[in-house]
Amino acid sequence: MKSALSFIIALAAPSPAFAASDPGLDPLSYDGGVWSHYIVGTGIGVLSWLTFYFSDKAIGASSFYATVAGGLGKLVARRHTESLDYYQKNPPRFDWSVVFVSCTILGAFIAACTGGEFRNEWLHPMWVARFGDSLWLRALIAIAGGILMAFGARLAGGCTSGHGISGTLQLSVGSWVALICFFAGGVATAHALFRL
Amino acid sequence: MIDPGKVVEKASSPPKSPPSAGKLLGAAFFGLAFGFLLQKGGVAKFNVLIGALLLEDWTVAKVILTAIVVGMIGVFTLHHFAKVNLHPPATKLGAQIIGGLTFGIGFALIAYCPGTGAAALGQGSWDALFGILGLLVGSYLYAEFSGVLKRSIERWGDKGKLLLPELLHIPRGAFIPGFAVLLTVLLFLIQRSFPR
Repeated sequence: MKSALSFIIALAAPSPAFAASDPGLDPLSYDGGVWSHYIVGTGIGVLSWLTFYFSDKAIGASSFYATVAGGLGKLVARRHTESLDYYQKNPPRFDWSVVFVSCTILGAFIAACTGGEFRNEWLHPMWVARFGDSLWLRALIAIAGGILMAFGARLAGGCTSGHGISGTLQLSVGSWVALICFFAGGVATAHALFRL
Repeated sequence: MIDPGKVVEKASSPPKSPPSAGKLLGAAFFGLAFGFLLQKGGVAKFNVLIGALLLEDWTVAKVILTAIVVGMIGVFTLHHFAKVNLHPPATKLGAQIIGGLTFGIGFALIAYCPGTGAAALGQGSWDALFGILGLLVGSYLYAEFSGVLKRSIERWGDKGKLLLPELLHIPRGAFIPGFAVLLTVLLFLIQRSFPR
């Protein structure tokens, strides 16, 4: 309760000097990427050639969560889940995207371990610098964010991967619109959260 | 130059039947590589992603734009030689603007997106678990309303599969090299102003 209150106060009390005075809120004061942006970007671009060629698929992540949610939904309320329009079109089952995103987790684990960057932390120091060390507050905000994000991704038809990389590289007009809107919504909200 | 109707017979199983073991092995390998690259690129880190939304850390923009340039050239070249099918997401302007902005608000709240959230979990940023829980709930919530959304918002500005060259009436063979140069110049300008 107290942390929720401090969250509202932090949002309501604009203090432009705050960001500059607290180095903990400077994103550049923390580690960035280990590899060059351009090597990683090129790697992801080449990876998309390979998924198109070998798997006849574009890289995407958000449908994984819809598939898992549908699988769990079927365990609880099978007939209701199967009756939903989205799951009639996309029946939840063990498919390419389930394996792909599961292995994304593993791939990042290997990268973090080989680079000595395994974090093993619940709260990032930049979050703590702004909102304190309440895990409940972080959980509340992240769950709310996840709900909005997944709903938005499904409505838009993809996420930062499916639209932001795969759709844009195929020059889909809607993907460019979606990518710009992802960042428009994100930039406005992040400034409200961290810079007001 | 490029026949948009060109369809390549891929040795893939029909969409409704279970994917073959070879396909799943490919998904595993590509997922591992994707997660590895995301972590090494730093784009699974809270401060890098929030920094992107604060317009202070340009890692994400550089990785995405590089991936788009490299991916676009390769995928369209492969398509030209009838080696791959294109899978451009459909353009539904209403759904992509509303869904995109909703996604963006969620993005700032979690800091991770669906792909980088999986990578964040792999690198031991456990707050990604809350985001993932939210993503599962939000996906099901969308499915719950998918019928009514399909008949309303998803019809607004539905342009089908529309690509930028067709929108601008420029032949793909001219548009793609020109766009690659434009994005490269943009990357160069970003790099000059923001080393990271």
